[in-house]
Amino acid sequence: MYTQALDVHGREPVPAPAADATAAAARFEARIDADEKIEPKDWMPDAYRQTLIRQISQHAHSEIVGMLPEGNWITRAPSLRRKAVLIAKVQDEGGHGMYLYSAAETLGISRAEMFEQLLSGTAKYSSIFNYPTLTWADVGAIGWLVDGAAIMNQIPICRCSYGPYARAMVRICKEESFHQRQGFEIMLTLAQGSDAQRAMAQDALNRWWWPSIMMFGPSDADSKHTAQSMRWKIKRFTNDELRQRFIDITVPQAQFLELTIPDPALRWDEATQHFVIGPIDWGEFHAVLKGNGPCNRERLEARRTAYRAGAWVREAAAAHAAKQTAREQAQARRQA
Amino acid sequence: MSNDWPLFEVFIRSRSGLEHKHVGSLHAADARMAVEHARDVYTRRQEGVSIWVVRSADIVASDPEEADSLFEPARDKVYRHPTFYAIPEEVKNL
Repeated sequence: MYTQALDVHGREPVPAPAADATAAAARFEARIDADEKIEPKDWMPDAYRQTLIRQISQHAHSEIVGMLPEGNWITRAPSLRRKAVLIAKVQDEGGHGMYLYSAAETLGISRAEMFEQLLSGTAKYSSIFNYPTLTWADVGAIGWLVDGAAIMNQIPICRCSYGPYARAMVRICKEESFHQRQGFEIMLTLAQGSDAQRAMAQDALNRWWWPSIMMFGPSDADSKHTAQSMRWKIKRFTNDELRQRFIDITVPQAQFLELTIPDPALRWDEATQHFVIGPIDWGEFHAVLKGNGPCNRERLEARRTAYRAGAWVREAAAAHAAKQTAREQAQARRQA
Repeated sequence: MSNDWPLFEVFIRSRSGLEHKHVGSLHAADARMAVEHARDVYTRRQEGVSIWVVRSADIVASDPEEADSLFEPARDKVYRHPTFYAIPEEVKNL
């Protein structure tokens, strides 16, 4: 994933004159229509670049903040096996954040700028991570529902028109499938356990179902970015299409667990061959997005603390690297 | 906050006998740290037996705007491919 900083034969890119820009825009549209990939150094409209920076950086922030709710249970996982699995999963989320930050950097934004946007609270991340993990069953529900919804969202992005994003998503999707399966396995174990364990699993489903449904974003009628993103092939399906697909595959899984989806209006529609859900509380979605979810402040504070606490490590490593370079240069001079 | 560590490109040899392949990039204070970070970021599932890292700033790339003229010389030389030559079917082992 090359960055914009990487220079072409030592030349700075020069802005194209207006006539060239129109021709370039036409070439760009033609390449999109032909399903070609756009690469970092290719000409692209500024709005395409900005849309991708926004989407990829939000995605990266979500992976990083997403480590927190599950990290909460690492020290209290019920067995060594569960603990090793949970650590591996949280490490993956960190890795996914790294792939995505790199992909966003190829569009000309620096890692430092993105961190600044996250820590100052100006950047958004997936609203789901602003909910607390109250019991061990929440770790199962997150893997099963939250990662399940994420995979549903992410698989089409593997075919996104922007090369570095598509490649990062291929890697991420390969790694995510264990996340969902380990979550379902936790739910299955609890669902087959004692009454108290079954109640714990049901309680987790009650709390995570609607937030997971909302992960697909506003309904198509209210989604301001969908039409343009679909035309640019950044997005391949609408929010509502993906949400419906998630519901259709997840409801039978809940039935297998003999758990109840917390939606009295939920029904199977024979005519459309889809499950139909009750109304979504968009008021809650927007409140959480605006910063008023149960854990928004706690999540940001945890990221800020981690950044501050790591400052001395970053400074020491940079100082060490500078000293090593100076030493090598001195040695090279002596030998010359 | 404009003090990012330098950017490195990462290349991984997935199995002995195969070439190193570009897998992505990362920030590190120096080359040694870049190798260690590359292990953690890109080989958590035994994806590699060898890692190369190179500073992104040291890579010289061709310009996509000039791709047409850069690759033009090969365009009319189909005779470089074996399928260009018509050989009678009864002739074997060619």
